[in-house]
Amino acid sequence: MALLEIKNLHARVAAPGGRDILKGVDLTINRGEVHAIMGKNGSGKSTLAQVIMGRETYEVTEGSITYDGKDLIELSSEERAREGVFLAFQYPVEIPGVSTSYFLRAAVNAVKKHRGEPELDSVQFLKLVKDKMALLKMDPSFMNRAVNEGFSGGEKKRNEVFQMAVMNPILGLMDETDSGLDIDALKIVSQGANSLRSPERAIVMVTHYQRLLNYIAPDFVHVMMDGRIVKTGDKSLALELEERGYDWVEKEVAAAV
Amino acid sequence: MTQLIEKDVHVSNFRQFERNRNGDTPRWLDLRRRAGIERFERVGFPDSKQEEWRFTNVAPIARTRFALADGRVDDAARERAGAYTFGHDALVELVFVNGNFSPELSRAATLPLGVTVTSLREALASNDALLEQHLGRYADINANPFVALNTGFIRDGAFVHLARGVALEQPIHLLFVDTGGAEPTVSHPRILIVAEDNVEATLVTSFVGAGSTHLANVVTEVSVGNDSRIEHNKLQHDCSAAFHVSTLQARLGRASQFVSHAATLGSKLTRNDLNVTLAGQGAEAVLNGLVLISGNQHCDNHTILEHAAPNCPSHELYKHVLRDEATGVFKGKIYVHPEAQKTDSKQTSKSLLLSDDASMNSQPALEIYADDVKCTHGSTTGPVDEDMVFYLRSRGVSLEAARHLLTYAFAADITRRIKVEPVRRRLEDFMAAQAGLPRDLRITDLGEATEKHRT
Repeated sequence: MALLEIKNLHARVAAPGGRDILKGVDLTINRGEVHAIMGKNGSGKSTLAQVIMGRETYEVTEGSITYDGKDLIELSSEERAREGVFLAFQYPVEIPGVSTSYFLRAAVNAVKKHRGEPELDSVQFLKLVKDKMALLKMDPSFMNRAVNEGFSGGEKKRNEVFQMAVMNPILGLMDETDSGLDIDALKIVSQGANSLRSPERAIVMVTHYQRLLNYIAPDFVHVMMDGRIVKTGDKSLALELEERGYDWVEKEVAAAV
Repeated sequence: MTQLIEKDVHVSNFRQFERNRNGDTPRWLDLRRRAGIERFERVGFPDSKQEEWRFTNVAPIARTRFALADGRVDDAARERAGAYTFGHDALVELVFVNGNFSPELSRAATLPLGVTVTSLREALASNDALLEQHLGRYADINANPFVALNTGFIRDGAFVHLARGVALEQPIHLLFVDTGGAEPTVSHPRILIVAEDNVEATLVTSFVGAGSTHLANVVTEVSVGNDSRIEHNKLQHDCSAAFHVSTLQARLGRASQFVSHAATLGSKLTRNDLNVTLAGQGAEAVLNGLVLISGNQHCDNHTILEHAAPNCPSHELYKHVLRDEATGVFKGKIYVHPEAQKTDSKQTSKSLLLSDDASMNSQPALEIYADDVKCTHGSTTGPVDEDMVFYLRSRGVSLEAARHLLTYAFAADITRRIKVEPVRRRLEDFMAAQAGLPRDLRITDLGEATEKHRT
């Protein structure tokens, strides 16, 4: 059984007269796979990531998302998270007054509680995060700072991947985690993501550039265009897109219609 | 002319008050009281046509026939005093019931040399020369009718004098308990705090209550000497039948520092005026305010930072959390005199509306007459940020817990600055209970404050 099965997914901005953004997405992801979703700005790739996470500013109007045999659309964001879905945000939010350590422990314990496992106290929690912090070369003071507050763009992205490593998801979605990163930060973040590759887990990277894929090699590359996945290939597709741009895919799609 | 009739209630209370005082009043005080009541008789209660009272309707106060409260200690007063006592966390604790000093409920202590903490009644009886020098010198009867009214009834309250060089580690606690009576009652507590030069001290004034309709009309005057540091905490937590009107007027000497933490947990109607004059070069004022109200409570905070000397910084941060149909008002005035060059003033007002029916009115008012100054102000009002809520939910935190946590964190930004443990703890407990969070959730769990803000 596929870990994630998306069929004919349509979604629009949840507001009166809201714009249609996803117009029939089909996508199948199995455990152990790494997928890259590429596309131009406005093609709907970030929306797809947010819809999978359950953002209520989008409304699913048609189609289905089946995750591990469950109807994901029926679940709230927090339930999806507890079931093992994780989204590394494109624009991580600053939360003044709440430390990373408090926030992340609350998150980890919400998942533990859901699974009927004992919750972690602060000592156990610190033990859990210590290695992950080293992996992502994070300063220990990160934990006591308010979530993302005053962080640089690169620090925020690193914090996202750090949280992903701590939360240990089954489906990890990374929404443009590479944008705004310098080469050193990109290496650290990629190392973090690669450490999560496992036969039990799937990773989906939404990205604009092929650059990230030099570090995290995908099994599949999908091209999104106008709210649909129009082409799928292996990692050589990403290189081709980098070289030739998207126009040829557009023409190919137009010719097929 | 309801206004005239109800004004007469207080004027006739004054006549009765004069008859009962047995002619033991020093002449200077007699003159100040008379000036106060005459001023009040002339202007009456403010109405919403007056700029400073536009968003607070005091008609419910003006319409009520208040009798002067007596200081009888009943079970309700004893219970409230017991609930809010600092015990041995305070250097000394004076308790007042309906504005009258209660030796029975207070905790006396042998005070260090140079420290006077006494009821105003006793201080007046001994006709301390300092009183004539300071009492009524800072709070202007012409600036606010409630100050005029309070001044007419100066009789009891607290007098704190800290001689040059005094440094106190423990806070001084002044606890005011109002319980009303068979009919609506009014108390007019007066507090005078005089810190001479090079003093360091922390004071807490608590205003709590229970029972039937009552009005506490408080005036506090604070004189901060040169190079002194005074931290003033005010906690107000009265019942839904209470009115609370308070004016604090502080005057800061050269290179002194005045820090105010003011928390309002509500009464039916609360109006706080907090006015600070930075009179000496290099004086610094920090004003932090937190309002946590619900139901149909109303709270109005008016502050004035008057920069009258050069090189003075001031920082102001007020936060309102409004639930249900609660209404909040914040007006922060920064007045910079021509001679107050190099003023550095930052004012921030942030409000969280937790219901569609709650409302907030926040306005800065800057009057700047010097040319080399830095004054900034900012104001935000809105519901809990949905982007933050989604971020938390996407990590497994429930919608409800996310909203509670964000509300708690919003308020904790103020409470974490409060150094007096019993005050901070009470606010944390109140916030946790209000937000449905576990009572053992502590601000420290949320981590250190990241924003650099001097307290």
